[in-house]
Amino acid sequence: MAGTSYKGSEITDVDQFLTDAEGLASAREKEIGQHIGYRYDVNLVPDYDRITPFLKDYVEFMGWDDLNWLEDVHMGYEEGKPAVFDRNINGWVRVPDSISLPDNQQDRDMIARELLIKFQMSDRHPLVTLRKAYTKF
Amino acid sequence: MASVSDAELKTMSQEERARALGMMTEQLTSRSMFIEFKPGEEARFGYPWAPDVDFNKRTEIDADAMTTTEVNAKIRGLMREGFGTIVVKNPRGKHSLGVGILSRLNLIFEGSLGYFGTGLIDGPNVRINGRVGWSCAENMMSGTVVVEKNAGSTFGAAIRGGDLVCKGSVGSRTGIDMKGGTIIVGGDTGALSGFMMQRGRMVVCGNAGKNLGDSMYDGTIFIGGSIRSLGVDAVEAELTDLDRKWLTRKLTQYGLMPDKGVDHFTKVVAGKQLWNYDNLEPSEKKLIL
Repeated sequence: MAGTSYKGSEITDVDQFLTDAEGLASAREKEIGQHIGYRYDVNLVPDYDRITPFLKDYVEFMGWDDLNWLEDVHMGYEEGKPAVFDRNINGWVRVPDSISLPDNQQDRDMIARELLIKFQMSDRHPLVTLRKAYTKF
Repeated sequence: MASVSDAELKTMSQEERARALGMMTEQLTSRSMFIEFKPGEEARFGYPWAPDVDFNKRTEIDADAMTTTEVNAKIRGLMREGFGTIVVKNPRGKHSLGVGILSRLNLIFEGSLGYFGTGLIDGPNVRINGRVGWSCAENMMSGTVVVEKNAGSTFGAAIRGGDLVCKGSVGSRTGIDMKGGTIIVGGDTGALSGFMMQRGRMVVCGNAGKNLGDSMYDGTIFIGGSIRSLGVDAVEAELTDLDRKWLTRKLTQYGLMPDKGVDHFTKVVAGKQLWNYDNLEPSEKKLIL
């Protein structure tokens, strides 16, 4: 059933979901006990002035001129912890406490992209085992 | 799991392999499995199974007398031999060419493709010096696809990442169900473009047909020309400086930058009035991401 207005809440602070893991701000969210929508701005386009040397090397290796699919990768927040969504396993991968977070989302997104590449290309990624089990050709 | 060798796995059936590797014993708990990044993880740029190709090693395939399966198998074989630039001559509108390529590669088609060309790709740079049929690059994960002429309907259906560019005009339902990535159209786009869009960006330098962004949940559409009508829950939004910077960079990259700049683009986003996720479990929400 279609709604008549947006019932969720706005993201106002970069640390919002680190300090408030539940994220129940709007009346509707409090009523249902669940945050509505994403915990980060999925439409935020990257600021290329903040790209890291590792990411520059990655896009050069792939033969691209920009971040390509990584433009859709952001630092998210899961249960009050920073995490990155890995589409290849359809799940969140946690950022360890030893990594300190910058004070802005753009720099956090660059860290998220770097961590995700290293994880996806590693031998410990679950896709490696999945391929062993199910690959057909 | 570690005690099972590759040699032992080769002697097993698929079901036995899956059990031996722990695939069918996991209990689903509707929560994320706990995985943490390792800060000191070795830096590698390609998937462990990706062939090691060299962009400077070039070869050609004449697809004239070959079937689609033969052409696609030939491309894979050449990648295993290390060829990083492959030119396919005489594709003659065959369907499903260049699909399922999961590593870096320069792939050039000297001609037009039929339906579902370059679908399910994850990494390659593809140039098509002709036209494409329906659903070009559907379910694309990453890489770039540049079509020099026009494209059919459902261009970039369910795309999840990468840049998909058509320098001409495209049919209807462009980017239907797109979940990420960037679709760029140099000309016009047909009706119901961005239908059920969930995230990603669509840039159309020309005009858009009826019901643009109908039932879109998220994502952004930029239109340089006129919009025949907006769909349900699609609303106009303010173009930010970051948007302008990103548009300028992206359009310049593909030689589609309009002479008058990007200030005239209309930005369309979801009004979020269709957001009724309240009754969904968190694990179901993730399927939408």
